[in-house]
Amino acid sequence: MQTIDLTEQGLRETNKQLHAQSADTNQTAWEIVNPRGAHAIACGLDAPIEVTVKGSTGYYCAGMNQQATVNIHGSAGPGTGENIMSGKIVIEGDASQYLGATGHGGLIVVKGNASSRCGISMKGVNIVVQGNIGHMSAFMGQSGNLVVCGDAGDALGDSCYEARFFVRGTVKSLGADCEKKEMREEHLTLLQGLLDEAGIVADPSEFTRYGSARNLYNFDVDNAGAY
Amino acid sequence: MCGIVGLFLKDKSLEPRLGEMLTAMLITMTDRGPDSAGIAIYGSKTDGRTKMTVQSDDPETAFATLDKTLSDAIGSTVRMSVKGTHAILDLPAGSTAKARAAIVELGLRIMSRGDSLEIYKEVGLPKDVAAQFDIAQMSGSHGIGHTRMATESAVTTMGAHPFNTGDDQCLVHNGSLSNHNSLRRKLRREGIHIETENDTEVGAAYLTWQMQNGATLGEALTSSLDDLDGFFTFVVGTKDGFGVVRDPIACKPAVMAETDQYVAFGSEYRALVDLPGIENARVWEPEPATVYFWSHNDTPSVTEKAA
Repeated sequence: MQTIDLTEQGLRETNKQLHAQSADTNQTAWEIVNPRGAHAIACGLDAPIEVTVKGSTGYYCAGMNQQATVNIHGSAGPGTGENIMSGKIVIEGDASQYLGATGHGGLIVVKGNASSRCGISMKGVNIVVQGNIGHMSAFMGQSGNLVVCGDAGDALGDSCYEARFFVRGTVKSLGADCEKKEMREEHLTLLQGLLDEAGIVADPSEFTRYGSARNLYNFDVDNAGAY
Repeated sequence: MCGIVGLFLKDKSLEPRLGEMLTAMLITMTDRGPDSAGIAIYGSKTDGRTKMTVQSDDPETAFATLDKTLSDAIGSTVRMSVKGTHAILDLPAGSTAKARAAIVELGLRIMSRGDSLEIYKEVGLPKDVAAQFDIAQMSGSHGIGHTRMATESAVTTMGAHPFNTGDDQCLVHNGSLSNHNSLRRKLRREGIHIETENDTEVGAAYLTWQMQNGATLGEALTSSLDDLDGFFTFVVGTKDGFGVVRDPIACKPAVMAETDQYVAFGSEYRALVDLPGIENARVWEPEPATVYFWSHNDTPSVTEKAA
């Protein structure tokens, strides 16, 4: 285990050291102490390493992540995991707004709540939230899955494409062109797999699926009010 | 961007450290806005006396005989202490209207008025502004601070936050209001004094106008959600406490922390990391379009009560 004190080493040197790890590095376990809410911790990683941040982080932690696992032992600031490509991010506390925005792949797990715009423009990332999510989540979500064990805020899945949303609790309101859908066997299996991967125990049959009604894909003057 | 901070102390033993804690919080937020900075401190008050803080770009000349001039103008003793470009005036309760007229005639700028409120603000970095006014040495029960990245109007002392909205009331803002020109015209027609072209001053004036018409602070903040167009996270200070409200879209960041000793607000968690016991504090993000309020007064009066 390599331990880095962020206040001593500084952000740039820390990230440089993590970026220098190759695919076959034998230094696979890293710990960052004293994060003090700093921005851009462990951004742009691209190696099969596991980084644990001991405390809360600021903006864009683990952004653009590939292959790596990043654990945040605290809460995470805005834009955490933005444009994640692969790998895994696990947040023990809450996540601020636009978690996993534009994420292409990988998995993000939040043990607490996620704020507004969770998974905005998601493009393949899977996000599992144990608590609630805020308003405008998965706006323009294109693909991937958003699993919410608690409640969702206003305008879930507004203008979404093919992303899937599974919510166990209530949805305050659905966004334009987002609708409730039937939970078929394939969805129960998919959801069970996501919950297992996230390490969260919940019964898939208690969830409701939401997704695109596909009415806004092409311009139709009768829908002008909904664009 | 802009950075805002607020600290409301529940534990009286921390009061001597209010200025120091608030200054450290604000300095951490410097990179959210380096144009100008300001801090409002709710400190001591004396029965029968009230305070005003005034500013001049030429303090040596302007403040040389200011206390005497004002004493003559209001017919009662005015005590003055000078800190950098600001003078703190201690005057008899009920004399602020007369004093205000005299101060405006002298071409000085009024930063704040109230029994316990003192506002200090200038162009420059938080560390320099705080040092100029010795904020770290100040004690008090609660305070708010702001570091500005100007978007809507000029970088001047009067464009800096906090804005005084009424006796012992002030406001800091992160965001930008888009209907401030039309609202400014409307409020001026209603007789509300608005000095600058700054959007936040209009927000502050709006709250003042609402409260003059009988709204509680909580009601004024709630109606601001309907009448103000744009982005805002507001932190407001009153004699007994402070309140927080975010617009319904809530793009502008906000983090709060509460322990048995304090309630703290920061634009980012970074601002809160040095507060005592933060590792065990309840930390959360205030909900959009929701008014939060904390008060030292168990039975707040009409203007202090939250929604």
